[in-house]
Amino acid sequence: MEIASASEDVLDSPRQTRSPRRVQDNLTIVLFLLPAFVFFLLFLVYPILQSLYYSLFNWKGFGPAVDFVALDNFKRILTDRIFMKAVGNGLLIVVLSLTLQLPLSLALALMVGRDLPGRVFFRTIFFMPYVFSEVITAIMWLFLYNPDPERGFINAVLILIPGVKPQPWLGSLTQVMGCLFVVLTWKYFGLHMLLYMAGLQNIPQEIGEAARIDGANRRQLLTYITLPLLGSTIRTSVYLSVLGSLQVFALVWIMTLGGPVNASEVMATYMYRFSFVRFWLGYGSAVAIVMLLISLAFSLTYQRLVRQPDYLSGM
Amino acid sequence: MATTYSYQSSTLRKNLPRLFQYLILSLFVLIIFVPIVMLVFGSLKTRGEFLTRPYTLPIPPRWENYAEVLGQPMFWIMLRNSLVVMLGTTSGVVFICSLAAFVFARMEFRIKSLAFNLSTLGLMFPITIAILPVYLALRRMGLTNNLWGIILVQVAFQLSGNILILRGFFMAIPVELQDAAYIDGCTAFGFFWRILLPLARPALSAVAALTMVASWNELLVPLVLVDKDTLWTLPLGTMQFQSQYGQDLALVAAFVTLSSIPAIVFYLFAERQIVSGLTAGALKG
Repeated sequence: MEIASASEDVLDSPRQTRSPRRVQDNLTIVLFLLPAFVFFLLFLVYPILQSLYYSLFNWKGFGPAVDFVALDNFKRILTDRIFMKAVGNGLLIVVLSLTLQLPLSLALALMVGRDLPGRVFFRTIFFMPYVFSEVITAIMWLFLYNPDPERGFINAVLILIPGVKPQPWLGSLTQVMGCLFVVLTWKYFGLHMLLYMAGLQNIPQEIGEAARIDGANRRQLLTYITLPLLGSTIRTSVYLSVLGSLQVFALVWIMTLGGPVNASEVMATYMYRFSFVRFWLGYGSAVAIVMLLISLAFSLTYQRLVRQPDYLSGM
Repeated sequence: MATTYSYQSSTLRKNLPRLFQYLILSLFVLIIFVPIVMLVFGSLKTRGEFLTRPYTLPIPPRWENYAEVLGQPMFWIMLRNSLVVMLGTTSGVVFICSLAAFVFARMEFRIKSLAFNLSTLGLMFPITIAILPVYLALRRMGLTNNLWGIILVQVAFQLSGNILILRGFFMAIPVELQDAAYIDGCTAFGFFWRILLPLARPALSAVAALTMVASWNELLVPLVLVDKDTLWTLPLGTMQFQSQYGQDLALVAAFVTLSSIPAIVFYLFAERQIVSGLTAGALKG
């Protein structure tokens, strides 16, 4: 108060400007936030509340929802073997991403380091698949995975190795998830590598130099300096990766339709099938609510566990 | 002499792992390129050639597939729709996000942290998960089969991430500038419009570039909201084309190649913006 009025005296401005200024600021705040919140309300909050309502009905999408079934849809989802398969496949993608894809991206980022000649070239190439749409990616890989070695490149290369038979790939119950994971990795490892490269760039070089002078070897440098200082980047990358695996849809839908026999079903394809192929919109709404809860639960626990929600507020 | 020798041996020791590094990196470059090259090879073959020898060099190259795709009015309609959606979404996102990010970066008010947390809610509810609720809501609003519907939904679900990114950029602009402007009698809006936005142009282009890529590639929203083929966007059209002309793989390959060219060209021009946007969003910014 004291300081504010003092500065106004210095400015020689009329005393009453203080309150119009405040009013004006408040007006700015409201007007500036309004569009974003209108969008959130109309396209996020309202749809979710509406689906929460529909999820309690057996409803095929025409006319008003009248067949109230309470929590039956949820009961059915949680006992549906195929939904559980979809959840399992989602978890599988998460586990594979965290144990293979992210370490690979990190290893490549470390390899490129901060001064390897050509690092920008490698970054450009590795990140390129990220800008292809999932539709394009899926069709490209469909060609490669063709089980006929006359047509599918992967099998054609494989049978050059003596004693190796062509594999069914996407047609196989056991191989299909692995095949899809390869495609996901192809498309997204560049993104994570990019994040790690930027994170490495942010580590002050002096710390590493000091450690080296103190006699730290390469391994110690990595485990005691680089990785801990890369912590926030790693947490972000894990967060993005897990949320990303919840959202896998187009790749699976185009390459396998969730098949064979639901072997590659993920939650998004499950919801799409019930909502937009069978038009069980009440049931689909319940699936959407379950997915939202999973996503919310993950985000909140993750923030609590790592205690540094970098992507949310660390900026 | 001795020093030269040890120098040489140390460069050798230094260069051998380096050679190994390049070997591995090149292997990954190869893996990145195989699907792309195979696609382009396939697109330059006749239908028969594609079936008999799909992964050999396309000699002689057949440009007929490209001519056929480019001769279809549908391709141009999809291209136009994609452009309209992309430009609409991007302008909406840049406009709305810069307003909100400015408030969160530079203004103080009582419920600021609550408002900010609400505005990042969208990060936890990505569009893939919320697509059915969104479809039901838009059907009720009468916005299905309408490019506006696609644009509005894409804008809504791009807001959270981009508000975060822009807020980070805005916070990096020195507070002294703001103080100076206020002392000179500038209003908050004046500061935002005349000083902050021009200074933040790199940030705005980063957000624009990210939004453009996301919007251009997005499949689910148009897939769900639109069933008139005159409103198909490129990803949706590509998917439908693939299921419709599934047997004529060479033609599909040409279609896919053509529809990926805009993204690649854009990437080569806007790589810097895309990278700075993504890393700013992920790092402390």
